[in-house]
Amino acid sequence: MSSTHVEQSGTIAAPDVKAGLEKVFTRSPLLGTDTHSLCPGCGEPNAVRVLMENIEEMGERENTVCVLGIGCYTAFAALMDLDTQQAMHGRAPAQATGIKRVLPDRLVFTLQGDGDMITEGIQEVIHAAARGEKITAICLNNAAFGETGGHMTATSVIGQRTKSTLEGRDPARHGYPIRLPEMLTGFEGVAYLARGSVHTPVAVKKTKKLFRAALETQKRGLGFSLVEVLTMCPTGWFVTPAEGPKFQEERLVPVFRVGEIKRPKELEV
Amino acid sequence: MSHPDRESIGSGATLGPARAFLEGGHALAEAAIRAGCRFYCGYPMTPSTEVLEYMAKRMPEVGGVCINVEAEIEGINMVWGAAGAGVRAMIASTTNGMSLMQESLAEMVLGRIPAVVVNMGRAQGDYNQCTRSGGHGSHRMIVLAPGSAQEAVETAYRAFHLAEKWRHPVLIYGDFMLSHTSETVTFAPPPDTVEPLPEKTWATTGARGRKPRLLTSLGMRIEGEPAGGGGIGPGEHRTDTTAPMREAVKRHLEIARAETRVETAMLDDAELVVTAFGILGRFAKYAARLAREEGMRVGYVRPYTLVPFPYATFAEIGARGIPVAVFENNAGQMVQDVRLGVEGRAKVDFIGGISMDGSGFGVGPNVDALHILEKIREVYPQRRAA
Repeated sequence: MSSTHVEQSGTIAAPDVKAGLEKVFTRSPLLGTDTHSLCPGCGEPNAVRVLMENIEEMGERENTVCVLGIGCYTAFAALMDLDTQQAMHGRAPAQATGIKRVLPDRLVFTLQGDGDMITEGIQEVIHAAARGEKITAICLNNAAFGETGGHMTATSVIGQRTKSTLEGRDPARHGYPIRLPEMLTGFEGVAYLARGSVHTPVAVKKTKKLFRAALETQKRGLGFSLVEVLTMCPTGWFVTPAEGPKFQEERLVPVFRVGEIKRPKELEV
Repeated sequence: MSHPDRESIGSGATLGPARAFLEGGHALAEAAIRAGCRFYCGYPMTPSTEVLEYMAKRMPEVGGVCINVEAEIEGINMVWGAAGAGVRAMIASTTNGMSLMQESLAEMVLGRIPAVVVNMGRAQGDYNQCTRSGGHGSHRMIVLAPGSAQEAVETAYRAFHLAEKWRHPVLIYGDFMLSHTSETVTFAPPPDTVEPLPEKTWATTGARGRKPRLLTSLGMRIEGEPAGGGGIGPGEHRTDTTAPMREAVKRHLEIARAETRVETAMLDDAELVVTAFGILGRFAKYAARLAREEGMRVGYVRPYTLVPFPYATFAEIGARGIPVAVFENNAGQMVQDVRLGVEGRAKVDFIGGISMDGSGFGVGPNVDALHILEKIREVYPQRRAA
């Protein structure tokens, strides 16, 4: 089993305190529950947890508006202690633009999947980036439509079997996966681009820093910021929960380079 | 602008004279600004382009936002975001652009987003699109059809008022003639739009000193809050997607009771009623007067709210057995609602038709009171038996 469940459950802290041990982990206070309705082995709760930790640590809870796309992660609408608007599939960057333009001092981020942001809504995110909207777009990329039960998205990798690419994604028939952050590097309005992952504890910690940098970029008004996070989807990949991180490491990470892709020098100051 | 509260809207605004000679599109845009609209976005398309042009100039003057959107789909979702943040927000488009917005319009009814959407259509071929939608589902927007530049002004005020009063998106349906015809207008909120509005306790502005708010069209509830009727509890999806649909349909009935508006004239002794909506209502009214000069007792009805449709007015006409002649610049769309209204108790004739110039705009040879008069002469012999 990956670290997923231990980290989300938040149940390890209480008995340790009683035993006089140092409290080293608890769930983010911005997540209003110990439970969620996503599948075992799903990577999305990991990403959302560290995102919430960042907002809490930045003291921005009362200053933040989230725009949620449509996917498994939409269920977090009920759990996040933040003002939230749910958007249509693919349209969150446009909706976030509307919010940010009328409330320019708020922290506005989108939470979308690869199916939402890259397959259905790539026009919205590209134009938001080109306009240099001072929002943070977050893409949870599991290379599949998880919510529908495992179908091809624009980021499904070559050879990946889905319910709509039964013999594996074939470039001759299904085209090639899109690397969105790399696409946006040349846009003048784009200040910060990064890709993280949550399939190991180290990767989760690194992703938390990427989120922080993106949110700081927005807070300082430097331009558009985007973080794509590779998230395990054992259900959509047709592997066991335990095999999820391995599948991600072997199949996704070689295609989607993890790390910072564009970083404003103002962040160093 | 940094504060969404209504009280702050308009502060510092450099509003022009209260009386002006303006095209309908410009008049509507100015009235929207005076009604407190501070977010506008649009994509150019004749004949809604003038609204975008006007807003691009005026919005910066009043500290508002005007965005040139890359597509109508993006535009309507920007309006969703801004209106959801508590700011009066509007988009205008035309016919095809409206078709692109349909998914979001449908869900904005369910999500209770009080935005104002303007369709400056090319003629009147969007009646079904405007009144049967937006998009999917059983729910509808409130749809207002102004018949003059002055009424477009009043409609802009009223649209924002109704949108917030009912927390329901409002569509204004005009056309080429309304948008491009210049008339003298005065700017003042109609008396029915000055009653106090409910506080925006739903606006997502950042949860300062309060519990979080969730704006959703899917019936989701925040943990700890009761789910919508028949909702699913914690541990599941915490949603009941049918709850917003049921609530919207219930709201429709209340809106229909309170907000149905219709212009009528010369009905008392009428033996035939001619009806039209929008600016063509003026042509139909004039034709009815000309018919009376010829001794034909013709009455006149102009639905102003297309949703809620004035079914009761037509039910009464049906109960009196008075035939109805429906004039509209399309292949026959509102005529269906008129037939529903008279409940089979009166004859309904369609005397309209598609009449545009070659570019597809709304001024063809049939947009003429004398043409309507000729049609009245044709159907009048079938008038109610004395």
